[in-house]
Amino acid sequence: MSKITDIDLGGWEMVIGLEVHAQVSSASKLFSGASAAFGGKPNNHVSIVDAAMPGMLPILNEAALRCAVQTGLALKAKINTYSVFARKNYFYADLPQGYQISQYEFPIVGEGTIEITLDDGSTRTIGIERLHLEQDAGKSMHDQHPQYSFIDLNRSGVPLMEIVSKPDVRSAFEATAYVRKLANILDYIGACDVNMSQGSLRTDINLSLRRPGAEFGTRTETKNLNSLKAIRQAIEVEAWRQKVVLESGGTIDQETRLFDPVKFETRSLRSKEDAHDYRYFPDPDLLPVVISEDWIAKIQSSLPELPDQKIARFQQEFGLSAYDADVLVADQAAANFFEVVCASTTPKIAANWVIVELFGRLNKTDLSISDSPVSAQGLAELLALLEKDTISGRTAKDVLDTMFSTGKSATEIVKKQGLEQVSDTSAIGAIIDEVIASNPGQVQQFRDGNERLLGWFVGQVMRQSGGKANPSIVNQLLKQNL
Amino acid sequence: MSMDKEAIQKLGRLSRIALGDQQAEQIADELSNILRWIAQLKEVDVEGVAPMTSVLEAHAHPRADIVNDGYAPKRVLANAPQEIRGYYIVPKVIEQDTT
Repeated sequence: MSKITDIDLGGWEMVIGLEVHAQVSSASKLFSGASAAFGGKPNNHVSIVDAAMPGMLPILNEAALRCAVQTGLALKAKINTYSVFARKNYFYADLPQGYQISQYEFPIVGEGTIEITLDDGSTRTIGIERLHLEQDAGKSMHDQHPQYSFIDLNRSGVPLMEIVSKPDVRSAFEATAYVRKLANILDYIGACDVNMSQGSLRTDINLSLRRPGAEFGTRTETKNLNSLKAIRQAIEVEAWRQKVVLESGGTIDQETRLFDPVKFETRSLRSKEDAHDYRYFPDPDLLPVVISEDWIAKIQSSLPELPDQKIARFQQEFGLSAYDADVLVADQAAANFFEVVCASTTPKIAANWVIVELFGRLNKTDLSISDSPVSAQGLAELLALLEKDTISGRTAKDVLDTMFSTGKSATEIVKKQGLEQVSDTSAIGAIIDEVIASNPGQVQQFRDGNERLLGWFVGQVMRQSGGKANPSIVNQLLKQNL
Repeated sequence: MSMDKEAIQKLGRLSRIALGDQQAEQIADELSNILRWIAQLKEVDVEGVAPMTSVLEAHAHPRADIVNDGYAPKRVLANAPQEIRGYYIVPKVIEQDTT
């Protein structure tokens, strides 16, 4: 994806703020001991708290609180030692309480930042407004019966972190870069499994247009996008719609919209003015949350290396380019894989083989790094043979193909197929003598100054040796003998 | 503080309670009375006192993240108006397209 693909809005500038709902990696729910696992038989992961039976008392999950603080620290954000849960009141069939328990005036995490990398390699800082904890709603199914909706409350009460950005994002590219980076950070700290297809990361987009430098225009909110592709498309479709409305003299209504990826349009939802009157008030069932500076410091010191730190280390410690470091760190599994390979290989060679050769083959077969048929140790073994000159670079690529399809080790393949490179100067010398003797015409041309023929001679010798001669020795000996 | 009929009708809509004109007027009067009575609290001097939602000076004691509840669909669905294959069954509710 490149900035070049951002649509041309003819002088309008997008102003975008993002709300990402990230499901907390916890075993149980935000306020009950029912399982928070995805799926399950309908209404099995439900306690009577989640079903909102009268008189039940919600009790806060410590792991959810810890994840929120961890995430806040990873976003370099202010952690609030005092926070309050509030009721957000609205009616919907899959919200049994008639309100969602969320945080309003006093969220657990305040302002922070995320650095995103633009396609020219420069970075931009996107502000974080706040992060708060809230309950997920249940799931409605409307396609099971002509008159009825089916409700499953398994998801009701699952802990979510809502991470709200400042209106700092200016393009679809920046929006996807932001969500990707946020997902990357959440994955590193283990606060969320970032499985977008299972809905563990859902994004709402607040978007308005303005002439550069002018006041913000009226925004719309497009809800519930669960892939980077959908985010990009929804932004472009909605921005284009707003441009057309504004240029024809119309005005934008502040409203909630839904993106339809099939019809490629956004549609208005619950635009009645009353709909957004949530009448927040502090939840009387829940006491204020007070956490100590000590506890925050403990969590801070237990944070793992974060993506930005790892990128910096890969550049300093291993001499990788910013691009290579970025590509490897973007996937925690790839970064770990690289570090294993790197332990016994020259780092730049390791990076090149992981990014170009291994990723290339994985992409072709649509596999992720964790499903790679070649292990990090396996690739390290292959690269050791390459670095010891036992095999040539060309042969190493063929061996990797065989490793990929058969799962056999590099050493075994090289031995079985007799692929060891010949570095013995007398054996190579003998082949060279033969090639020179049988091609007097080319020898004469070379000696008359046609130096380009050297490559042709190298090719002849390599072919005679069955591709096994060490090319740099062939080069060197040819120059001497010609 | 008093509440007029329009405010009551709005609250009714938000709470999904249908109110007749007369009913709304009556409730507006009653609620206004209650609010006037509660407004006496405004006479208390609370200068320098942080707003509180509980009279207890207590804070939350989180529980450990352990699965020890659920897996009782019969109990959960006991009061469901209707049940099919373990789901709550409700009249079809799809948010209306307003365009």
